[in-house]
Amino acid sequence: MASPMIRLEGVTKVYAGSATPAVSGLSLDVGEGEIAVLVGPSGCGKTTTLKMINRLVEPTSGRIMVAGDDVMTVPAHELRRRIGYVIQQIGLFPHRTVADNIATVPRLLGWDRPRIERRVDELVALVDLDPALRNRYPLELSGGQRQRAGVARALAADPPVLLMDEPFGAVDPIVRSRLQDELLGLQRRLRKTIVLVTHDVDEAIKVGDRVAILNVGGVLEQYAPPAEILRQPAGRFVEDFLGSDRGIKRLSLMPIRDVALEPGPVVPRSATRDEARAVMARYGVDWFGILDGEVLAGWAWGKELDDVPIATLTPREFMVRLGHDDSLREALDTVITSHTRVAPVFDGKRFLGMLTVEAISRELAR
Amino acid sequence: MGFLTDLGRWFLENWSGDAGWLMRIWQHLEVSVVAVAAAVVVAIPLGAWLGHTGRGGLAVVSVVNIGRAMPSFGILALALPFTIWLAHTFPAVVTSGLGFAPTFVALFALGLPPVFTNTWAGVRGVDPEVVEAARGMGLTGRRLLREVELPLALPLIITGVRTTAVQVVATATLGALVGYGGLGRFIVDGFATQDDVRMVAGALLVAVLSVLTEIAFSLLERWTVSPGIAHHRRAEIAA
Amino acid sequence: MIPIAQAVGDPRFFRWDWVWGHLGLIADKVGEHLLLTGIALGVGLAVSFALALVGLRFPRALPPITWFTGLLYTIPSLALFTFLVPITGFTTLTAEIGLVSYTLLILIRNIVAGVQGVDPAVRESALGMGYGRRRLLIEIELPLALPVILAGLRIAAVTTIGLVTVTALIGKGGVGFFILRGLNRFFDTEIVLGTALSVLLAVAVDVSLAGLERWLTPWSRRARGVA
Repeated sequence: MASPMIRLEGVTKVYAGSATPAVSGLSLDVGEGEIAVLVGPSGCGKTTTLKMINRLVEPTSGRIMVAGDDVMTVPAHELRRRIGYVIQQIGLFPHRTVADNIATVPRLLGWDRPRIERRVDELVALVDLDPALRNRYPLELSGGQRQRAGVARALAADPPVLLMDEPFGAVDPIVRSRLQDELLGLQRRLRKTIVLVTHDVDEAIKVGDRVAILNVGGVLEQYAPPAEILRQPAGRFVEDFLGSDRGIKRLSLMPIRDVALEPGPVVPRSATRDEARAVMARYGVDWFGILDGEVLAGWAWGKELDDVPIATLTPREFMVRLGHDDSLREALDTVITSHTRVAPVFDGKRFLGMLTVEAISRELAR
Repeated sequence: MGFLTDLGRWFLENWSGDAGWLMRIWQHLEVSVVAVAAAVVVAIPLGAWLGHTGRGGLAVVSVVNIGRAMPSFGILALALPFTIWLAHTFPAVVTSGLGFAPTFVALFALGLPPVFTNTWAGVRGVDPEVVEAARGMGLTGRRLLREVELPLALPLIITGVRTTAVQVVATATLGALVGYGGLGRFIVDGFATQDDVRMVAGALLVAVLSVLTEIAFSLLERWTVSPGIAHHRRAEIAA
Repeated sequence: MIPIAQAVGDPRFFRWDWVWGHLGLIADKVGEHLLLTGIALGVGLAVSFALALVGLRFPRALPPITWFTGLLYTIPSLALFTFLVPITGFTTLTAEIGLVSYTLLILIRNIVAGVQGVDPAVRESALGMGYGRRRLLIEIELPLALPVILAGLRIAAVTTIGLVTVTALIGKGGVGFFILRGLNRFFDTEIVLGTALSVLLAVAVDVSLAGLERWLTPWSRRARGVA
């Protein structure tokens, strides 16, 4: 890679009094604008590695370069002021207001007051934090709000690099999912170089551009984009770590927009009962969908045709309606939990087509 | 140096007799032990019962604050007119209003707060889950207190007794000001007669005695506390 | 019968008229008391900070520091003053050396505990953002340690106020002057006055420091304290 933003060369860390190294001979690069996720079991050295990048921990041997500079050649506090740092418990300063917290690094860098104030306002808006909280103390914030404040604080001096250590570990799964999405959204706008540590392999797959799977002792098992790792895990350890539902995990990376849809057993209201029966036979199902123009009104059981013409039927609602941005994993979930055994896909109200189990597994095989 | 040899000689020459330092040490310890014992006898049951029933929290806080604010010198001085009045009114019980009586009264008063508050806090602070489990097994009231809460509160109680003991031994020195003997006698008399050697000798003895008391109780703490709860020790309440 | 200044049977009879008649003297002694206390606390705080910072920077120095200040604390005040008098005489200096010695243990202990008790996440995030050690201490650790430090200061203040009365025996004393004089001439009013004033001063200072703490720490609802 031409001039990566972060480069680790043969980095080793042995703590005093310990026989085994925490990290041994780790080499990897992180390109500019990339999110690299370090993931692995307890004791794999992922947090130690992260902390060596901003020199909270010093390597026993090896070299770490950030933006072309060896981290050991720059005074530690200067280095850290150029790198954003977010930890799991966040560590907002309790004795300072949210605004003052966010202003921490700009103040350390000596920015003037007006510039700091403007920047704080920018960031509060950027991380979607309620502006009313600006002058409150961390004590008064909820968990999710503190998280946002922590991210804002890390981004305050606009550092090119952001280090995150289990940043979403302390919140519940619903909030976590939302925060992960927001991080991805932020990244689309800001294009920072991010190194994120997590123990959650699903988070790694969802968030990472490239994922580094580390084994105990800081051994790098595989470092590749998540789709590649899922498709071709490098060895037993990685396979086990990914879990036995690798296929389904891969599906979560595939958006529906990339897949060809079938029209499915669908007929317009004006169709005859025979046409409906034909289409049901073709798909081998005992139900059919009813179209009102381009809008899919719903579905009905085949046996309801015996009593009344189609036009008079009251269609049942499809419980889940998927869109282009949803993943095949959600489609699969819909397919296996619905009466109809299909996942209908829409663009707003416009019906686009359906996905079946066969179509989905065909995608996996490609 | 000359002073040190004088000091050494003083120790060698003054160990015996009613005014010798052995006797004085005995007197010093006598009033201290009695005062601490009395404080313990009163404060532990009171503190334990209040801690067990959960009442008296406000009283405890007040006692801590007032106990700390009480100047030992003042209390001792106040004890004197009180014991003089006692001696005058109940001559059979209190033979003399000077000497032992006021010293004891003052030391007793000063010794109560640390033992009381630490006992209260110790009993109060027993892990509520343990208490609940014990209650579930049928232990209630005094048996619960005696068999579960007190043993678990022991570390803090002993810390309180230690604080009291050291404080009492130190303040017993002032007893010389109200006519008692003890090691303070050397300091007060030495001061009156401009005898530096005697003064410093007395101060040295009482300093050593205080430190020994502190050490003795530290060891007691370490030995008597059941190993299972040794790691539950928390900071003292009364410094 | 031992001669008693007040009426026999009223050993603690308190003479208000005597108090009104000596307000000037009383004010003087209260002033002296507060002065002695203030100097002791000021010097004590300064020395304790220095020693605490040494202990925080070099943890191995802490046990000897604790041991030595503990020793000073255990030695009875009268004995300590007795050791000092042959060297520094019956002066304010003697009194202050003694008084300061008694503040060291609790202040050092609380300063160290306060700083060490700062949430490790706060310390880690501060370092990670680029705080140097010195600014970290001044801007982050000390302000957050304030509740615990002030708790120690309150205890030290109350203890010192009580100890100042003992300095009456070496010629100072503040309101201890009344206690000593009352004791020597069997005048109960003075004894009560001296003791009561000492307690009142202690309570007043304690309450003021509590208020100071609340004023200095607007971010915390509750103040926690060590010992």
